[in-house]
Amino acid sequence: MSEATALKHQFDDLEQQKESSTMGMWIFLATEIMFFGGMFTAYTMYRYLYPEAFGEASRHMNVLVGTINTAVLICSSLTMALGVRAAQLGEKRMVTRLLLATMFLGLVFLALKGYEYHEHWVDQMAPGFNYAMVGQHPREIELLFCFYFIMTGMHALHMVIGECLLTHLVIQNHRGDFSAGYYSPVDVVGLYWHFVDLVWIFLFPLLYLIGQHVEK
Amino acid sequence: MSATPLVNPNEQASIEKPNYLNAEHSIKSWLMTTDHKRIAILYLISITLFFFLGGLFAVLIRIELLTPVGDLVSSDMYNRLFTMHGIIMVFLFLVPSIPAVLGNFVIPMMIGARDLAFPKINLLSWYLYMAGGIFTLYAVVAGGVDTGWTFYTPYSSTYSNSYVLSAATGVFIAGFSSILTGLNFIVSIHKMRAPGLTWGKLPLFIWSLYGTSLIQVLGTPVLAITLTLLGIERFAHVGIFDPALGGDPVLFQHMFWFYSHPAVYIMILPGMGVVSEVVACFARKNVFGYGFVAGSSIAIAVLGFLVWGHHLFVSGQSIYAGMVFSVLSYFVAVPSAIKVFNWTATLHRGSISYDTPMLYAFGFIGLFTIGGLTGLFLASLGFDVHVTDTYFVIAHFHYVMVGGMVMAYLGGIHFWWPKISGRMYPEGWAKLAALTVFLGFNLTFFPQFILGYLGMPRRYHAYPPEFQVLNVMSTAGASILAVGYLMPLIYLIWSIKYGRRAPANPWGARGLEWETSSPPPTYNFEETPIVTEDTFKYSREEVEVV
Repeated sequence: MSEATALKHQFDDLEQQKESSTMGMWIFLATEIMFFGGMFTAYTMYRYLYPEAFGEASRHMNVLVGTINTAVLICSSLTMALGVRAAQLGEKRMVTRLLLATMFLGLVFLALKGYEYHEHWVDQMAPGFNYAMVGQHPREIELLFCFYFIMTGMHALHMVIGECLLTHLVIQNHRGDFSAGYYSPVDVVGLYWHFVDLVWIFLFPLLYLIGQHVEK
Repeated sequence: MSATPLVNPNEQASIEKPNYLNAEHSIKSWLMTTDHKRIAILYLISITLFFFLGGLFAVLIRIELLTPVGDLVSSDMYNRLFTMHGIIMVFLFLVPSIPAVLGNFVIPMMIGARDLAFPKINLLSWYLYMAGGIFTLYAVVAGGVDTGWTFYTPYSSTYSNSYVLSAATGVFIAGFSSILTGLNFIVSIHKMRAPGLTWGKLPLFIWSLYGTSLIQVLGTPVLAITLTLLGIERFAHVGIFDPALGGDPVLFQHMFWFYSHPAVYIMILPGMGVVSEVVACFARKNVFGYGFVAGSSIAIAVLGFLVWGHHLFVSGQSIYAGMVFSVLSYFVAVPSAIKVFNWTATLHRGSISYDTPMLYAFGFIGLFTIGGLTGLFLASLGFDVHVTDTYFVIAHFHYVMVGGMVMAYLGGIHFWWPKISGRMYPEGWAKLAALTVFLGFNLTFFPQFILGYLGMPRRYHAYPPEFQVLNVMSTAGASILAVGYLMPLIYLIWSIKYGRRAPANPWGARGLEWETSSPPPTYNFEETPIVTEDTFKYSREEVEVV
């Protein structure tokens, strides 16, 4: 696709088109912040109500896998950022490689997340379906696990969507749609990918770490 | 064209002129269109259907309330009637009404653009709206929902016995349609303005829809997650909002109203934008204090996010939180009052003509003032405790939503109808309808203020006999109102075929949308307009009626 055909009819020039799509993505990310914000608010309230139970629950998290996943995601953000840079410079083959690397790291994250879910299932810590915790605060711990699954589940769903978007980008790039003058889809998907990473950066300490040392 | 002697040459010219309506005729060209004007028409047709469906439920409610005993429907059926009325009217009519129909149609033209920034997303938003509508309709057909439109837990969770999941899914999906519309508008207003059209020259309709879009974008996701959590609670049988399982039902109310109070401003700000346009046009004056009116739209959008707690005065919220929310709720009245005062000041010494859109604008100003002032009653803690969940609340928000927003919507439809359809509507009928709506509305809802003050609670299908006179008045008013709403439906459809052809600018109005032909060509303008002077100036020189 040449630069002329990349320009959609409603825009006057590619600059306006690029600015619009970037701004559109930023606003979309604002809606995502509000969406996750609702979950964080509910989480915060229940954590405030039941600190001991939430502390106990977080000791059932697999911190090692969580840490590895955090590292994996940060690396994927790096490859994504480098991919955007390569797109700016018009290095087509480099873009493909970096996008594939990002996708690979994303899949590693999802696989490890799946492994964690499996562990929780085996330990009967899946609220509503397979839950059999005993102890002082079984109901409250169930509530935390509920939020754990909802929040990490929503995050994983966003990762899957990100994988789909990246697949689409790789195909577009392979077709030769992008050039140093037109690469805004890569840019915009990059923003999305970084946002999803950032959500995890908040989820990891809230769900895995900050309850670890609460007194029993 | 030789065998049509009865058509004068001017009309022939306008018949042949290519426009967005005659560009293509296939059904596919409508359903797959990315033209913002055609998408606006799709929205117009679909929300009209939902409006009359929601209205049908209201009719049944009013007939039931004609007599003190519950004789027409069972109490369970009554619960479903008012719930479906609320859900359909709020989420499928009021929220999308002015933004998705009029906003979609005129925003790109007002800013001198060929289309919105993301035409495909615009079409997607209509499909999402329809998908949401179908889920909601399924809930209606399957047996309805009985939780009230607010989906409060535990009605919607532990004790639910109706189709909550389907309706909530419908509202969830329709919410994304609303988000995408808001996103599209914000980006378009920022990035697509014609050369020379600075922020200070933007029409006030644009400012009000900009404020609306901010709320749609920042509020709706919270509703989405709230309904998601509700769905998960029901699906997995966990206790997110269930006290028996450690959850808190009041959290649901907080999260719900965090969206739904700002959403109240989604349902009034666009109306204010229409009134600003109409008042300026038919008083032949600039809106007094442009900067204040524009800024008050943004102020309402921002303050609207800080007042949700006034819905929880009696829900066990702390009294200190109640006091803070009460004071903040008073603050919202300030920008709203600025608008009312400025419209009034605009009328002062204007050369006013009483065309139909102006009649609706007058209706809006009067009824919104009543609705707004009674809102202040409700924002005060003591009085609110007295009238919580009574007909006083019902009357209050119907004065704002129906007396305000529906009036403004109808005013806007009439104002831009010549542009949308290329035809003039019959002025006499339109004036009669506007008057009917105004009279019917007041007769319906004013008695409800008194009923509420006397203590009649909402959401009951039976009531003590001493309330019957006022209820009969209200039902009589609703019948008149129904006639008032049916009249525009009939004569507007009639005018598409038989109406007089509309000139480009029948009202002598200002604004770029009036500079292109009626109906506009597919890409709105022959060439991108360049704005050199204020588009909104009426007083500078007399605008010629073309």
